[in-house]
Amino acid sequence: MSHFSERLAGGEFVVTAEIAPPKGVALDLALGQADALPAEVVAVNVTDNQSANMRMAPLALAALLRQRGVEPILQMTCRDRNRMALQADLLAAAALGIENLLLLSGDHPRFGDHPQARPVFDLDSVQLLQAVQALMAGRDLAGRALTSAPVFCPGAAVTPEAEPFDLMFQKVQKKAAAGARFFQTQAVFSEEALARFMEHVRPLGVPVVMGVLLLKNARMARFLNEHIPGVRVPSDLINRLALAEDPLREGVEIARGLVATARRHCQGVHLMTLGCEDRISEILC
Amino acid sequence: MIISRQKDKAELLHHLEGKHKLFLVGCAACATACKAGGEEEIFQMQDWLAAHDREVTGSVVIQEACHIMRVARDLRQHRTAVQEADALLVLTCGAGVQSLSANTEKRVIGALDSLFLGNVRRLGQYEEKCSLCGDCILNETAGICPVTNCAKSLLNGPCGGMEDGRCEADRDNDCAWLLIYERLTRQGRQGVFARVVPNKDWGRRHQPGRHRL
Ligand code: SF4
Ligand code: SF4
Repeated sequence: MSHFSERLAGGEFVVTAEIAPPKGVALDLALGQADALPAEVVAVNVTDNQSANMRMAPLALAALLRQRGVEPILQMTCRDRNRMALQADLLAAAALGIENLLLLSGDHPRFGDHPQARPVFDLDSVQLLQAVQALMAGRDLAGRALTSAPVFCPGAAVTPEAEPFDLMFQKVQKKAAAGARFFQTQAVFSEEALARFMEHVRPLGVPVVMGVLLLKNARMARFLNEHIPGVRVPSDLINRLALAEDPLREGVEIARGLVATARRHCQGVHLMTLGCEDRISEILC
Repeated sequence: MIISRQKDKAELLHHLEGKHKLFLVGCAACATACKAGGEEEIFQMQDWLAAHDREVTGSVVIQEACHIMRVARDLRQHRTAVQEADALLVLTCGAGVQSLSANTEKRVIGALDSLFLGNVRRLGQYEEKCSLCGDCILNETAGICPVTNCAKSLLNGPCGGMEDGRCEADRDNDCAWLLIYERLTRQGRQGVFARVVPNKDWGRRHQPGRHRL
């Protein structure tokens, strides 16, 4: 059992962070970032061609992280691979000792750096969760027996602030039914929206790790509101950043408040610090 | 119907290199309705070819160019003109081009790009509603196809990219899943939300497809 899933199961508050594989072949920067993470971070998400921009396959970085004693959460999107490739990668991940998964639809290639790519989406995120369930039960999606079954802790992404709430939540329920063992949320800024979401999600019995995004300045906050679906930075936070002498410090303050919110409502927090991993200790204290 | 449009003229010229005498073929069905390969477009093509020093040996607008036997018959009736030509320039969808290439050893040059199976809003305005997946889910989705109308062909509900009911891949488009949800709600039923839809059987989309119905 991975530390991450053990702690979640034990009801401990978990902290996760995020690292992107390089656009190139040198891994020292990413590994250095991982090494510098404070001890409170129990697992690290490794992103999969994030925002549909081509980078190194996350499997390599995740495997190397694990070798160094940093526990990875391998992200996997449905955008780039059909069901055969996804299952093959899942088996490879298991063989490399990777247990934690975050299964996503993936952003559409249209806005990434390869807009001419043929989008795959052979499975959707719910069906990818089903594929993981099948593999864990010793069968592939075609019903054929595996010589040995992998062990995974599969998770899924949720967007608590998406509207209409009922529509978004029907999919959340399907993800739970398809075997999601944890939910990681899109960056949340409103305690009210989070509380409503948690009220609905609690009966499903799936622990929720709240996404906390470090706001670096007011410009970034406005950009998020305009361009990132499901993210709503309230105007009072934007004002705080705009008026602050040291916006990044204000952002760290805001993130600290959000971590406190997560502690009140959720089972963990996922920190997205975008290159400011050195501020994580501050955010957590 | 099959929506098609004429290829870029520069591309077409490239395909016509070394071909001086051409026999033209149009289609009286879809390609005519799309104003891409009907009688009118055949005349225009003739003028354009003349302006580019090409000779037209003859032409025919076939009733339905996707009909393989009909194409065979019409070609036989124009045997001499076809014989004289260096190549056939075909203004039909890809299915029509292949009816032609199955019926002649001559070089067949397609002049159109086939786009999709289209619904007609009004002439010139077409919408892709069905991608012929072979495993139709419309009865559960209130008659709105997620395979075609969702940019990611998701089968179990919207992705995280939906914002204000608009699609992540094109903010000018409604998210198909919002439309499905709203219509199901108006109909007072759960439809596709009542179950986890398993992965799609793409094997039911026979490719290459041959059917005897
Ligand atoms: S589900 Fe398949 S057959 Fe039905 S409308 Fe959509 S693409 Fe066409
Ligand atoms: S926003 Fe809606 S239509 Fe667009 S890809 Fe996501 S689910 Fe599909």
